[in-house]
Amino acid sequence: MAEVSSSKAARTLALSGIRGRAASVSIIPAAPAERVSLRARPEDVTALSSALELELPTKPKTSATNNMRTALWLGPDEWLVIGDGEGESGLMAACAASGVLCSAVDVSHRNTAIWVEGAGAAAAINAGCPLDLSLKAFPVGACTRTIFGKVEIVLLRTGEESFRVEVWRSFSDYAYALLAEGALDATF
Amino acid sequence: MSGSSHGSTKNLGAFRIKGVGRLTPARTSRFSFDGKSYTAIEGDTVASALLAHGVHLVGRSFKYHRPRGVLSAGPEEPNALLDVARDSARRQPNVRATVQEVFDGAKIASQNRWPSLAFDVGSVNNLLSPFFPAGFYYKTFKWPQEAWEKVYEPIIRRAAGLGVAPKEEDPDRYANRFAHCDVLIAGAGLAGLTAALSAAATGAEVILVDEQPEVGGALHFDTSTTVDGKNGFEWAQETAAKLAAMPNVRILTRTTVFGYYNHGFLGLAERVSDHLNRPGRETPRERLWQVRAKRVVLAAGAIERHMVFPNNDRPGILLASAARTFLNHYGVAVGRNVGVYTAHDSAYEAAFDLKRAGVSIAAIVDCRERPGEAVLAEARALGINVLTGHSVTDTSGRLRIKSMTVARNGNMDIRKMPIDALIVSAGWTPSVHLFSQSRGKLRWDEASQRFLPDIYAQDCVSVGACNGTDEASSLVHEAIAAGGGAASVSAESRFGWSGGMIGAAEGAGPDTRVKAFVDFQHDVTAKDIRLAVREGMHSIEHIKRFTTNGMASDQGKLSNMHGLAIAAEMLDRPIPQVGLTTFRAPYTPVTYGTLVAHSRGELFDPARKTPMHDLEAAEGAEFEDVGNWKRAWYFPKRGENLSSAVNRECRTVRDVAGVFDASTLGKIEVVGPDAAQFLNLLYTNAWDTLKPGKCRYGIMTREDGFVYDDGVVGRLAEDRFHVTTTTGGAPRVLHHMEDYLQTEFPHLKVWLTSTTEQWAVIAVQGPKAREIIQPFVDGLDISREAFPHMSVAECTVMGVPARLFRMSFTGELGFEVNVPADYGSAVWMAIWERAKGMGACLYGTETMHVLRAEKGYIIVGQDTDGTVTPEDAGLGWAVSKKKTDFVGIRGLKRPDLVRDGRKQLVGLLTNRPSDVLEEGAQIVGDPNQPKPMTMLGHVTSAYWSENCGRSIAMALVAGGRSRIGQTLYVPMKDRTIAVEVTDTGFFDKEGGRIHG
Amino acid sequence: MLLIHCPYCEEDRSELEFRWAGEAHIARPDAIADITDEEFAEYFFLRNNEKGLTYERWRHIHGCGRFFNAARDTVSDRFLMTYKAGLPKQPVPGVSATEKTVETYEQTEGDAR
Repeated sequence: MAEVSSSKAARTLALSGIRGRAASVSIIPAAPAERVSLRARPEDVTALSSALELELPTKPKTSATNNMRTALWLGPDEWLVIGDGEGESGLMAACAASGVLCSAVDVSHRNTAIWVEGAGAAAAINAGCPLDLSLKAFPVGACTRTIFGKVEIVLLRTGEESFRVEVWRSFSDYAYALLAEGALDATF
Repeated sequence: MSGSSHGSTKNLGAFRIKGVGRLTPARTSRFSFDGKSYTAIEGDTVASALLAHGVHLVGRSFKYHRPRGVLSAGPEEPNALLDVARDSARRQPNVRATVQEVFDGAKIASQNRWPSLAFDVGSVNNLLSPFFPAGFYYKTFKWPQEAWEKVYEPIIRRAAGLGVAPKEEDPDRYANRFAHCDVLIAGAGLAGLTAALSAAATGAEVILVDEQPEVGGALHFDTSTTVDGKNGFEWAQETAAKLAAMPNVRILTRTTVFGYYNHGFLGLAERVSDHLNRPGRETPRERLWQVRAKRVVLAAGAIERHMVFPNNDRPGILLASAARTFLNHYGVAVGRNVGVYTAHDSAYEAAFDLKRAGVSIAAIVDCRERPGEAVLAEARALGINVLTGHSVTDTSGRLRIKSMTVARNGNMDIRKMPIDALIVSAGWTPSVHLFSQSRGKLRWDEASQRFLPDIYAQDCVSVGACNGTDEASSLVHEAIAAGGGAASVSAESRFGWSGGMIGAAEGAGPDTRVKAFVDFQHDVTAKDIRLAVREGMHSIEHIKRFTTNGMASDQGKLSNMHGLAIAAEMLDRPIPQVGLTTFRAPYTPVTYGTLVAHSRGELFDPARKTPMHDLEAAEGAEFEDVGNWKRAWYFPKRGENLSSAVNRECRTVRDVAGVFDASTLGKIEVVGPDAAQFLNLLYTNAWDTLKPGKCRYGIMTREDGFVYDDGVVGRLAEDRFHVTTTTGGAPRVLHHMEDYLQTEFPHLKVWLTSTTEQWAVIAVQGPKAREIIQPFVDGLDISREAFPHMSVAECTVMGVPARLFRMSFTGELGFEVNVPADYGSAVWMAIWERAKGMGACLYGTETMHVLRAEKGYIIVGQDTDGTVTPEDAGLGWAVSKKKTDFVGIRGLKRPDLVRDGRKQLVGLLTNRPSDVLEEGAQIVGDPNQPKPMTMLGHVTSAYWSENCGRSIAMALVAGGRSRIGQTLYVPMKDRTIAVEVTDTGFFDKEGGRIHG
Repeated sequence: MLLIHCPYCEEDRSELEFRWAGEAHIARPDAIADITDEEFAEYFFLRNNEKGLTYERWRHIHGCGRFFNAARDTVSDRFLMTYKAGLPKQPVPGVSATEKTVETYEQTEGDAR
């Protein structure tokens, strides 16, 4: 049965094939990405930053991006590091190579992401999210874990009119459907 | 008055006055009321359109079925509650005709009448009314108790209630929006608009809300106010346009601020499309706004009160301001020969406007001796007969008022005056509902006889009529200050809000038996309130509940003050000592659709699906809900039902093998040098002795010593554990662990990460399990010797990184293949293809349950219930005796947890092997003992076991393990089942198969 | 709906993101295995349920994930302050914690009988 094991398993994405567009918002499932849930103490942030070639943000609700890597501050000792490059981008290895005490857990498949873009993007998200998404309160680069309807999401503003919504795999159908509902109402 | 129709084809109504009002007659729509067709003008409410056609009778009252007409022109309407439909599904009962705008094709019907509005059988209640006093239901339907269920309740339910809810599913969409602002202004009359100008000038984010289709508030009817030298209503529209053009202002009309909650949180209901002739398919019907405002300006205005006098409820009796609104805004006269009964100058203005529009005024009856000089002078100038110091002591007319009886106060001489409408005013009640909802404290202002805002609980300010500010220029100053900025507004008005009377008027005093209505919607009369006081209700809260005054859907907007004054008079106490009932949200009724908003259908609750869900569905799986998860329950083949499919699956797993989706199990990655020490504290077991590459079944107790969760924990490295939890327990177990880590053991160097959804888990169980997965696994020797039971390793499966567990929840040779979730379906498909060829099966949660029960493995939450210790569950071996600390160590030593005779988990075998017990059934020692029997415990799990060829069960039984071998009894409805107590293993007791 | 200041996120966030976690400043006894039944009852079962100023724990579960402490007035529902887990009980400026309303069964129901 050697031929059985020689073929690599194919990847099936959550939300595969879905694409929605309302008048002022488009909702697009993001491409696969490498993701690491990174936990570390304050004294080890510098070493981890240089290992990841990315300044880990230490201010609440902020993110940092370098090349294809983005680090999102989620808590005082917690970051979600996303590598948007093709294939495995080596985030786990970089964390291990830092030589400092940390917890790096691969969550690439735990989350999936949805891009919400357009003039009504904030309104569509506000159909289920209680955050103030005005540019004053939630500027470009702002990020946080929050609630969207009945599911938890991580929200990152990548532009004045674009957001990345990170959501656990099994909640992505719900998140997508609620975003689509919100988008229908976002022209107002 | 013209009294004639406009144009040859469109009859806009005999009471529509040409050249009066703000509607454009060019745009009309058709609607029906109780089957008869009418024409309305765009902008008409159902009330204004019906009144234009002279229709006053629109409903029957709740209790006495008395004919009722439109009373108000706004959301306070208690009478004109109608059933409004677009089609059979888009039908809503209890719609206020004074709020609902006419749309083309509206089918509108009256309620609470049978067989017809004009002839209603239920009105016999009116004749029987001496038998229906306040508190009637409480006193009458007390006994016998059985009669409640069979007789009283069905009859009362049929007779009660106004509208009938639609039976079809609501096809409309409802939207929700969270919003934030610096200043939210409730009410867009003169005060609200001025405050908005002032707030907007500071650059603040402003949301201005008004419940009417256009801004203006009282300027809709009050034509005496000029602002910046313009007609007030025109100024309001211009100001709204100016505000709407500002980027920091959002104006929401047709929107009600229905609730003012904690910390600047407000609920708004926006009626988006109820007024549209043809709403778009994607247009929501209503939109819920959940607004967080840093500051709130309440500019809610005031509500006019009616006069409480005998038979004050006939169709054709309206509030004076309502008559003025219908005239000045909608161009509709409420009658041709109108009487006026008032205790306040503002009704005179209504009479003047009507008179100038050509309506004759029979008389202004004023119960006061001295009205304002200005209005008296104008009345004289217009030739209107004013009777000061007089009262209306009765009215006549069955379906429409025909006359009013007028008497000089304190005099028996009466005069009957024919009229076709009577407009009334007892003065104005400041609308303090939202202020009160915000937990502000009111004070009683003795001089003006009204409750006014006093102590604020939130960052909020009241302006204008709702704050008792009567005079236009001070109102404007107040509003500008409330807005926090500057604005140039100058207003003049001769309209005043204070004065008037509260309580029963002449002829409705304590010495009479007349019906003088205080609360129209609930048919509460002045007499009912006095009766409540006589029967011992001394607090307004008790009086309210006894009489139901103010408890209808209008929440006593008209009736509360009158009821309070009548009660205070009876009690001979000042009003503030009698108290004021609490105003609660919602201010006006809000549809369930709006509150539910998006949360229906697929958005009611997330349906969590595993990566293999679609493949399992294609294989014919039936699914069951486990929390939010959809889990494959069983896989019926053609002709199979649940039990035959499960019997086959159970047999096949033990004979060959089965493939099971275990992806929903909770998974937590515990990482850090202190990981083992942390798990030592959170589980009853010892973890420092577990070597990397091995796994162990663990039990988690809470501090009280009761089983909280269980699962297999694998040690991947010295500092990395892969913890599994029950499917339903995953979130709370992580929360529980985080709690201890963050607050009790923060010194430990360890972190927790949920990996539940990172991994797809494919369990392969059965004698052929190894043979099935062997070819897919790279980089790991999975032979019996190299990879024994309770091993874990990282390897490659089908070229993707995997975690392989050698473990079993079936008692068979078993593996759990963990691969990154997106690869789950491909790996599952390959494994299943191979397994199928070898005679294995797919199995679901039902078979999993049976197989584990055959082995006596527990399910936390089924065989335990939060009062079961590890020892009770027969798992005492999993509690470390060596550890000096773990969560639960002290709780487990509590006297009650170590006493003899506790309920213990045991097996039960029915005497007749084919009898399958019911889970939850009670167990007794002697089935013939008198009731209530002493119950020894209950059945926790019971199944037909195909592998054992008989039924099996587990139960929690007092002193269970000492009863092994005894016969106990399970009394059921139709028979009693004898059972033998056994230990909890039913299959392969030696346990050899698991090591295969 | 409450608006709660998270001391870790350093801003006010909607109650929807939080979970209440019981009375604050109840430390788990160091040698818990050795405490008496009465001490265990005091630690695990008995709570003050104070009217007025109360110290409680919250978790910003759908935010930064941190547990923290809050001083809240249970009558007005106002948050007087929030502070990080591990800090000692913080005095609330201008509010004295001495005034306690203890409503025992004997004092309330007992009288009614």
